[in-house]
Amino acid sequence: MSGPRPGPGSGPARPALDLSLLPDGGVRWLDASGPHSDIVISTRMRLARNVSGYAFTGRARDGERLRMLAQVRDALTEVPSLQGSLLLTLESMPAVERQLLHERHLVSKELAGLDPQQPVRSGAAVILGESVGLLVNEEDHLRLQALRSGFCVPEAFEAVQRLDAELGGQVPYAFHREFGFLTACPTNAGTGLRASVLIHLPGLVLTKEIGKVLAGLQQMGLTYRGLYGEGSEVVGNFFQLSNQTTLGRSEEELQDLLVRVVRHVIEREEEARRVLVRDAGYIIEDKLWRAYGTLRYARSLTFDEAMNFLSGVRLAVGLKLVTGLSVYTLNKLLIFAQSAHLSYLEGRALTDTETNLARAKYVRQVLTSEGGGVE
Amino acid sequence: MLCDNCQERDAVVHVTRVVENAVTQLHLCEKCAAAKGVETTLSVPQHPLGEILQAVQQQAASTGEDALSCRFCGATARDFRATGRLGCPHCYDAMEHSLRELLRRLHGSSRHVGKRYDPPAAHLLEKADTVHDLRDRLRRAVDAEQFELAAELRDRIRVLE
Repeated sequence: MSGPRPGPGSGPARPALDLSLLPDGGVRWLDASGPHSDIVISTRMRLARNVSGYAFTGRARDGERLRMLAQVRDALTEVPSLQGSLLLTLESMPAVERQLLHERHLVSKELAGLDPQQPVRSGAAVILGESVGLLVNEEDHLRLQALRSGFCVPEAFEAVQRLDAELGGQVPYAFHREFGFLTACPTNAGTGLRASVLIHLPGLVLTKEIGKVLAGLQQMGLTYRGLYGEGSEVVGNFFQLSNQTTLGRSEEELQDLLVRVVRHVIEREEEARRVLVRDAGYIIEDKLWRAYGTLRYARSLTFDEAMNFLSGVRLAVGLKLVTGLSVYTLNKLLIFAQSAHLSYLEGRALTDTETNLARAKYVRQVLTSEGGGVE
Repeated sequence: MLCDNCQERDAVVHVTRVVENAVTQLHLCEKCAAAKGVETTLSVPQHPLGEILQAVQQQAASTGEDALSCRFCGATARDFRATGRLGCPHCYDAMEHSLRELLRRLHGSSRHVGKRYDPPAAHLLEKADTVHDLRDRLRRAVDAEQFELAAELRDRIRVLE
């Protein structure tokens, strides 16, 4: 267990966050090794938990949150899932590093304090283990999460459940005989489980089937969000699908529901792609190659442009129009072409214009060195 | 413009998405669009916080329980109505009746059927109830002008000290 990293006041030349210290580099979920990883980028299982004896984070005072964090830290030596993990106290990290963790989907926007209206709070921390993480003092005291590559619900669930059992044996959770695990927002009470997949659905968007599919999954009790969860916009045809309710169904039922519905959505997406190729083959091919060409040669790219063109190239790879370009490379571009990552790469803060230039340069370099060819 | 599919009727549905400015433009007449099951609207993402606030407000209006407050953290039903967030785990007991209704509306059920949980040994639970915590609760009670609760907390601090 590593201790908290030094804060900004601890030395004049504080080194930037060393990403190599993160277990797995924090990006194993990107490696495209999981099932259906051409369509499903990742699976995330999250459990919301609170510790009894404390006010919920939003109402807790600084001292209470710090004591909560201390209590969790004390318990960690007894939690095998988090052996060798890294504790990062977010309040002592500069904004760009907090954003970096957010861009890697390791911390939420709220915990990272990226909203100027709600700056990072004292006691905000993330504890990162091998493919599991623990967010401390987010909306709930504890958010346990497991992230896996591809469509991998049972494995992710097993990992988060193990962490839950180990931690819940050391730290007393707030649990109610009738309402289950108690959370700050009643929308998370009961199991506290949010089971979600990040999925790429360009075929359904292109064929305009997406409206029907989304309406259908809402009827089944699932909901959708953008790339970064609650409140984020759908960009580049990436959707996060998750269970809408957390109470009244068991963890297993919620998992089964997600698996069943996502399997159906994957089939619909594959069917939509077949329809596109059959009915509009030359139009699709032309547009996807234009997307590839733009990424390959553009000198400036906004984030939304990059995501949308990457969506096109991802579809082109799925349709086998572009060969020699791995899904892993595409996943990597999705994450590393974001602004905090580009700043990190360049070793300095970038203006918006510089970020767009750096993004185009990075994408060009990766596509040049990691391939993609004409069939 | 003629329909890309039948090349006969005028195209009225223009399918453009996936990659802005760069991906497919499929122009279809009404008939061919309908045959392909093309819809022209994308449903709007939901905003869970907005929904829950709406539900909470309807709830409060129907039960008239605004004055309820939690003896542990001092949060009131009015606070909950304003933020959609409860103050602490004890709020679930303080506002049990109206919460049960709300949970039923949000989840379709108010009964947890998932994993049961037994907290670890009692001494860990007691650890939290220290003078520090009582002081925090006292400050919150004073802030919220809940003087009866504040007096009770002050007495408990005196006993412990």
